Amino acid sequence: MNERPISDQDLHAYVDGELSPARRIEVEAWLSVSPEAAAQVQTYQEQNLAIKALFNPLLNETVPERLLQAARTPNRTAAAGSSGGLPAAAAPWSPWSLQRIAASIVLAVASAGAGWFAHDRLQPAIITVAANTPAASPLAHQAAVAHVVYSPEVKRPVEVGADQEEQLVKWLSKRLNADIRPPRLGGLGYELIGGRLLPGSSGPVAQFMYHDASGQRLTLYVSTENRDNKDTAFRFAQEGPVNVFYWIDGKFGYALSAGIAKSELARIAGAVYAQLGQKH
Amino acid sequence: MTSDARLNEAGQRMTACISSLRRYAHALLRDRTAADDLVQDTLDRAWTRLTSWHDGADMRPWLFSIMHNLHVDQVRRPRLATVPVDEEAMTVAVRGMHHDNLELRDLDAALQRLPAEQREVLLLVALEEMSYAEAADVLGISPGNVASRLCRAREKLRAVLDEQKTISLKVVR
Repeated sequence: MNERPISDQDLHAYVDGELSPARRIEVEAWLSVSPEAAAQVQTYQEQNLAIKALFNPLLNETVPERLLQAARTPNRTAAAGSSGGLPAAAAPWSPWSLQRIAASIVLAVASAGAGWFAHDRLQPAIITVAANTPAASPLAHQAAVAHVVYSPEVKRPVEVGADQEEQLVKWLSKRLNADIRPPRLGGLGYELIGGRLLPGSSGPVAQFMYHDASGQRLTLYVSTENRDNKDTAFRFAQEGPVNVFYWIDGKFGYALSAGIAKSELARIAGAVYAQLGQKH
Repeated sequence: MTSDARLNEAGQRMTACISSLRRYAHALLRDRTAADDLVQDTLDRAWTRLTSWHDGADMRPWLFSIMHNLHVDQVRRPRLATVPVDEEAMTVAVRGMHHDNLELRDLDAALQRLPAEQREVLLLVALEEMSYAEAADVLGISPGNVASRLCRAREKLRAVLDEQKTISLKVVR
């Protein structure tokens, strides 16, 4: 026997299937007697699996049409609308190529990733905008996304609940450096659940959440990022399932979002506007 | 092969590589729109350089090396990226905020703490399952360099995750 000592690089090469059959046997012999080396190999294998769990969900997504076009033909503009394109389903990349990974290793991470894969929670939350309606305004868009993200939350829809309204007001006012107060919408059937701080385009923004007796949720998004100093009238945007009324008032931008009829939302927006007007 | 047939084959092979290119670009850039832009630039450039692709050869390492070079160029000349607010960007925001799996988020953060040259090697080998030789071709370095960067990357990743002590790995025998 003239065995070379097993190096760290051998262990990596073993994990990655880079060894010659003869060397692999030598490494395996070493692993069977060295718990440290075996643990090291296992760590690397687990890293590989976890990295796959993190990024493989991308493989399950629909490939954007612009990329399919770019791959099919050197001249994308000419190809648009042509019927000579290749079938869209020609992307047979296997989501999980596990043959190089020891089958005995299962990660808590990987199984959690598999649930994430299924998109069961995410799917309904993804807003799609018809191609002919470009998002009307960053404000309305951000508000709609924030609405879609947080309004389905069962356990933690807000960071600070309405039972601590005073603290909520103090906190948000301090962070946004302005007097931020949730309007009272009880007269319209909507009670405050609470609020949270969110990142806006250039700093913090606030979101207040309300619900009615049926559980229908409504969010008011308040930004202090407007620098144009140009007030606007009410504007309406529809972002997927969410209707948004928004307006600019001085440095404040407001957006009221809910998955309810435009007319009802307009009524509430009017009430919000009226209350806010009394304070500023 | 006629030139039409060659173009047709190249198109099919590129299409088959899109998902893999997107996955790697996304892992590299952590920004969906920027990642898809990089993939699109890669495909556009690939068509202009089709003469350097050998008929019948595996197209993936070739495409990845084009992407690597484009990415290096972009990193060298950083520009302020302007992202149009569109459907894709919106999808990112929603998913991004929903990325609430702690272990995966820790891993994501830990990967970001690796030096770029180590992260690239690790992603090509662990995620894209490239051989050391393929990864070396993509990055324009020697296979020996791939091996040594990989060692450093995995040890660093382990150290960072140990430090976070939140990732829970379970072995089932």
